[in-house]
Amino acid sequence: MFSYYLELALRSLKRSPGLTLLMVLAIGFGVSASMTTYSVFRAVSGDPIPWKSSQLFVPQIDIWGPTSRRADGKPANAALDYTDAVAMMRDHRAKLQSASYRVAPTVQVPGSRQHPISVSGYAVYSEFFPMLDVPFAYGSGWPVDADTNQAAAVVISGKLNQEMFDGQNSVGKTLDIQGKDYQVVGVLGQWDPQPRFYDVFDTGGFDTTSNDVFIPFTRAIAVGMNNAGSTSCNANPAETGFVGLQRSACVWIEYVAELDDAAAVQAYREYLNGYALAQKSAGRFNWAPNNSLLDIPAFLDDQHVVPSDTKVSLMVALGLLIVCLVNTVGLLLAKFLRRSSEIGVRRALGAPQAAIYAQFLTEAGIVGLAGGAVGLVLTGVGVFCVGLVLPTDIAALAHVNFSLLLLTLVIAVVSAVLAGLYPTFRASRVQPAWQLKSN
Amino acid sequence: MSTHPILAALRRHKAGVILIALQIALTLAIVCNAIFIIGQRIDRVNRPTGIDEANLFVVSQQWVGTPDGDGPDAVDKIDSLLRADLDTLRRLPGVESVAPVNSMPLNNSSMVNGITLTPDQKDSTLSATMFLGDDHLMSTLGVQLVAGRAFTAGDVIHQAFRNDTLPPSVIVSQATADKLFPNQSAIGKTIYSDSKPTTIIGVVKLLQSSMVESFAKDSDYYTIIEPIRQDGDNSRYVVKTRPGQQAQAMEAARAALFAANPQRVIDAERGIRSFADIRHRAYRADRGMAILMAVVCLIMLCVTAAGIVGLTSFWVGQRHRQIGVRRALGARKIDILHYFQIENLMIAGGGVVVGVVLAVGLNLWLMSQYEMARLPLMYVLIGMVALLALGQAAVFVPARRASRVSPIEATRAA
Repeated sequence: MFSYYLELALRSLKRSPGLTLLMVLAIGFGVSASMTTYSVFRAVSGDPIPWKSSQLFVPQIDIWGPTSRRADGKPANAALDYTDAVAMMRDHRAKLQSASYRVAPTVQVPGSRQHPISVSGYAVYSEFFPMLDVPFAYGSGWPVDADTNQAAAVVISGKLNQEMFDGQNSVGKTLDIQGKDYQVVGVLGQWDPQPRFYDVFDTGGFDTTSNDVFIPFTRAIAVGMNNAGSTSCNANPAETGFVGLQRSACVWIEYVAELDDAAAVQAYREYLNGYALAQKSAGRFNWAPNNSLLDIPAFLDDQHVVPSDTKVSLMVALGLLIVCLVNTVGLLLAKFLRRSSEIGVRRALGAPQAAIYAQFLTEAGIVGLAGGAVGLVLTGVGVFCVGLVLPTDIAALAHVNFSLLLLTLVIAVVSAVLAGLYPTFRASRVQPAWQLKSN
Repeated sequence: MSTHPILAALRRHKAGVILIALQIALTLAIVCNAIFIIGQRIDRVNRPTGIDEANLFVVSQQWVGTPDGDGPDAVDKIDSLLRADLDTLRRLPGVESVAPVNSMPLNNSSMVNGITLTPDQKDSTLSATMFLGDDHLMSTLGVQLVAGRAFTAGDVIHQAFRNDTLPPSVIVSQATADKLFPNQSAIGKTIYSDSKPTTIIGVVKLLQSSMVESFAKDSDYYTIIEPIRQDGDNSRYVVKTRPGQQAQAMEAARAALFAANPQRVIDAERGIRSFADIRHRAYRADRGMAILMAVVCLIMLCVTAAGIVGLTSFWVGQRHRQIGVRRALGARKIDILHYFQIENLMIAGGGVVVGVVLAVGLNLWLMSQYEMARLPLMYVLIGMVALLALGQAAVFVPARRASRVSPIEATRAA
């Protein structure tokens, strides 16, 4: 029966090629515009570490007090100051945790005649690597005692390893960082999580800068390696320089903690509360604790990591899809009702309403399938063009893959069938007697 | 022509009429808002920075092996390196003037200070972006002094990167002056940052801040220039060249700086950048959004026009016989044409009225969710006229076909 409807549908569509083309193009354009913007939206709203994001938490402590809070009462400081970050590392209440700050040192291979190059990276604690499941091509992170010993160890990216050591296993080799020798302990595999959930404070979320070096936090502080990320202050530091920054209430340190279950989260909340109370009784704060402890998805949402442009354009594109569907409903209605006499004959010969439904929904489905095929091509073109016009950090993330293509087809067919429902309903209600009589 | 027969006919095609009207309403709502977004982005991109952008380029570099720490020895050492770089750049052929600067308008990296009018004021009157440079900065940028005096070499101090000591004198933008001291001269007034005083000695007409947020705000022009050479392990120089000599000077700058002192890093891509490039990057998102919105609008208008053509053609086909009857009874071709044109005007009119409500509703919703401004009435009015015109244009071809139906059709069976 289906093949018969298929044949009927194709014949009907061929009879009015203009109208058919119009419907196919409308669905194709509507679906591809939606899919193109969705590909960007999907790229920027994705979970950067889906298997673990609900166990990773970003703690915030209200160190600036009521005068500097956000409109919703949360602390305005989206990062930590040095005092609190180091105290929290020392207390070590989470399963794994790491404070971090951005550094931009110069590096070169000792004794080489090449110009040193400037790279970007982070000063982190040893637990950073196991906590974030950072993949290693060679070696590993540094041991815990390297943190306490302020060891001159470094983890480098595969990219830097390629530039400095021709991609060889460089574990154990020496790298000159900012004029001092560091021993390479690990080389990263491919690792470029977007958004940069461990450093939304400096990056705002998306960042094309490659993270090429990771050195022990304690070492970076000891050698005075300046913060290359943002610094946010509610008052100017009393003392100048990097040491002054460390003693100030300015925030510039990011912090991530792994808490595996609800009990651990609760215990950590209590710990933060107790910590803030202790600071209050020590006279550092004169307000009640106002901490925040959000897991990665909640934190990314809280920090508005998904650009509002992306959301607005997705919605405008969905609006276009709706207009295209309304358009298709109108055209299908015209097309189906034009065949009232044909329907009348079929009904008079004994076809039940269900058969009429099957016939016309098949026709709508074919329009959808053809629209989807056009949509596939246009989505490909659209995603390519988006790469040309959007900011590179976002455009780089949008790509076509199998699931996007499948979704394009499914949405095209489903929306065409939906658009066909009302016209089919009208067609199925055609009174056979009336049609036969009027002819 | 009486509209009564048209209404009577429309009543027989309720679904089709409602669908066209709905499509026009949705199109109006979305196109109005999309074009408003485009307009806002174009306005933003066209905002002046207040500096003379042509012939400017910026060098960002990092020294290797500069002394650690912030002691006076380290600061003096770095300052001498910095002054040597300024000399090197100044001697390049084609270079007109050079100044050190901490940041530039539109380059998305800024130092922002809260400014107060008294030392013990709790909430700051405004947050200003601070530009730090020497006495050549204003002439190099080409900002226009409108009151007071420019900096002289004697005003300039130099200090470490994280030393936030205020210099005795500053120059503010007109927007800053107006916000701090409405209706009076700002010259000679004392302002405070973190309870420390400084005196305003000059006002420049316009100077845009570094940050490019998604929406234009007054605060984008709250800027203050401090006569400070900042000595950190990074430095940035703005260079003004004579017209037509920028490319060569940019080329020569890298080589000259390395020749003078090889212990440095100048990023291959981002180290030396023309201001045109900085501007291009700053507004990439805005251009992208505007293009995206324009494409969506164009598709939507085409689809709607095509939908009107399609459905009207269907109606014309359906009413062949009735048209023939009217023609046989003496209606002229132009009457038939007008019939379909008026019919379309009525449907589109209904759609447009609903569309205005939807457009305003959508705008209010966008305002509540995102930093959107209120949709000006003008956009809605132009949108209404445009969609009515689109309807008329779309209906013309099928309506003309209808007008050519021969009166003989009246005698033929349907």
